[in-house]
Amino acid sequence: MAGLIIVVTVVLIAILAPVLAPHDPAQTNVVDRLLPPFWLGGTMEFPLGTDNLGRDILSRIIFGSRISLLVGISAVLLAGAIGMALGLIAGYYGKFWDFLIMRTVDSLLAIPNILFMLIILAVMGPSLITLILVLGGTSWVVYARMVRSETLSVKERDYVRSARAIGAKNGRIIRKYILPNVISSFIVIATLNVATTIILEASLSFLGLGIQSPDVSWGLMLSDGREYIATSWWVATFPGIAITITVLGVIFLGDWLRDVLDPKIKE
Amino acid sequence: MNVIEKNIIMEVQDLKKHFDISKGFIKKVNSKVRAVDGLNFQVYKGETLGIVGESGCGKSTTGQLMLGLLDATEGHIYFQDRDLAEMTQEELRLARRDLQVIFQDPYSSLNPRMTVEELIGEPLIVHGIAKGEELKKQVLDLMNLVGLQKHQMTRFPHEFSGGQRQRIGIARALALKPKVIVCDEAVSALDVSIQAQILNLLKKLQKELDLTYIFIAHGLPAVRHISDRIGVMYLGKMVEMADRDEIFHHPLHPYTHALLDSVPIPDPRLRKEHLLIEGEIPSPTNPPSGCAFHPRCPFATEHCKKVTPEYREILPEHYVACHYPLVDENTDVLPHSSDKA
Repeated sequence: MAGLIIVVTVVLIAILAPVLAPHDPAQTNVVDRLLPPFWLGGTMEFPLGTDNLGRDILSRIIFGSRISLLVGISAVLLAGAIGMALGLIAGYYGKFWDFLIMRTVDSLLAIPNILFMLIILAVMGPSLITLILVLGGTSWVVYARMVRSETLSVKERDYVRSARAIGAKNGRIIRKYILPNVISSFIVIATLNVATTIILEASLSFLGLGIQSPDVSWGLMLSDGREYIATSWWVATFPGIAITITVLGVIFLGDWLRDVLDPKIKE
Repeated sequence: MNVIEKNIIMEVQDLKKHFDISKGFIKKVNSKVRAVDGLNFQVYKGETLGIVGESGCGKSTTGQLMLGLLDATEGHIYFQDRDLAEMTQEELRLARRDLQVIFQDPYSSLNPRMTVEELIGEPLIVHGIAKGEELKKQVLDLMNLVGLQKHQMTRFPHEFSGGQRQRIGIARALALKPKVIVCDEAVSALDVSIQAQILNLLKKLQKELDLTYIFIAHGLPAVRHISDRIGVMYLGKMVEMADRDEIFHHPLHPYTHALLDSVPIPDPRLRKEHLLIEGEIPSPTNPPSGCAFHPRCPFATEHCKKVTPEYREILPEHYVACHYPLVDENTDVLPHSSDKA
């Protein structure tokens, strides 16, 4: 439940960002640059201090939640949908499809992820959409592998044989028998991957091929603050904390969802 | 049950199922498991045919082959004079309406994500027989038939005991009004007291719905209560098949004899000399030469090691595959089929 509360809160913050943020996240103010948080001698005007260009860190975190969540969730949904579909096909139908899909997965796994993403981003030009496509398009392999192996074990169970015995078609067996029984592990992996994706987005933004200013994401803030970590730790620390809390919330949510989805645990 | 008219509903001819074992990454076929190695028998309409044998003798594979859940390597299975092997996928799917199965383990054979209503109603949805209110009514009728309560409709399988789960499995199998039901060790996972309940239920349903059962089980006692005829399998082959009472009172194959002797008798005064079989069941990958039972048979001779005995009708309706069947000296044995020629 804690996970649900955290995630809902973060989502609300993202939606209500313009109302909640005390400042324009992109507004620079050279006079007030690198102000500390209010309890370290800063002012209540910039409660979490300012960065090297004098932008309000609190407002930037509030607005940054939008892109971090959007990228994290959409990339995982995209990757999950591709991975689930291909994993089910490979596991259920086997033979040629299994070979084709799993060798593709192996080849993709052999390419360093970051390098692959950088090349695509460099060619296509960084934008929010390409970022989501790239993150989603490279991380589906994890789901495909997991779903395939789960499918292989589920399809040998007696209840799948019983479905075939009553004359159910393949599509129905996949939908009603395999999918519901692989989805709980899938959800756990997917939530963990929301976390990884938020961090990957941060890395790409850090390398300059992710979110571009004046847009703001937590990853971008993290990399902006890196230079000042020795003198003004708050610039990188607060977005870091925001990532940590959100990621934890998402993981808790995943655990909770898995329990809710399992009829055996339900009261 | 000698009164049944011998209407053949299913017939198995020279049925074989070999599973390939491949090792190494070149996927060369190294050896074969001869799970089912040449079966011939008939199933009569309305009867219960018990098939017994030790683990690994191919009895479950036989059941799955007869349901069309596995493809035979060789041979034919006729259901109402149509060969299952020659049916298209779609025809086979429709034939499933008449051929149903009750599984051994009621814990693994019910989808844990479905409610009782979904589980029992599914066959009706799949074949487009009923929907909406009509579906619900039919599900309730089925639940009633197998002794489940109306309020249990929305529950999940894990909320039931083994016996109740098996009732769900039976209702699901009955939903399509099948003609033949393969009971694959349908009661062996249950407590003895529950076994009797389920067996009685199956008997009652057989009478009411005119069902034919193929009852696969581990040992002879499990099928005694319910079977009309019994077949005994050993290493993928049928070694003996006859009327239930005939099997129990006059077993002709040494293996059947030994199986009967292995049944514990509660009264020590009634215990007699046992015909013991020693050793393990040999691997079906590399079955013994000649008669597959010879290494464990107390009566085996050189002849048994070399020549595979023919499965033939030795007495009327009593089939045995043995060179030296345990017949009394004054019984008239039917002539060998090759002698006729």
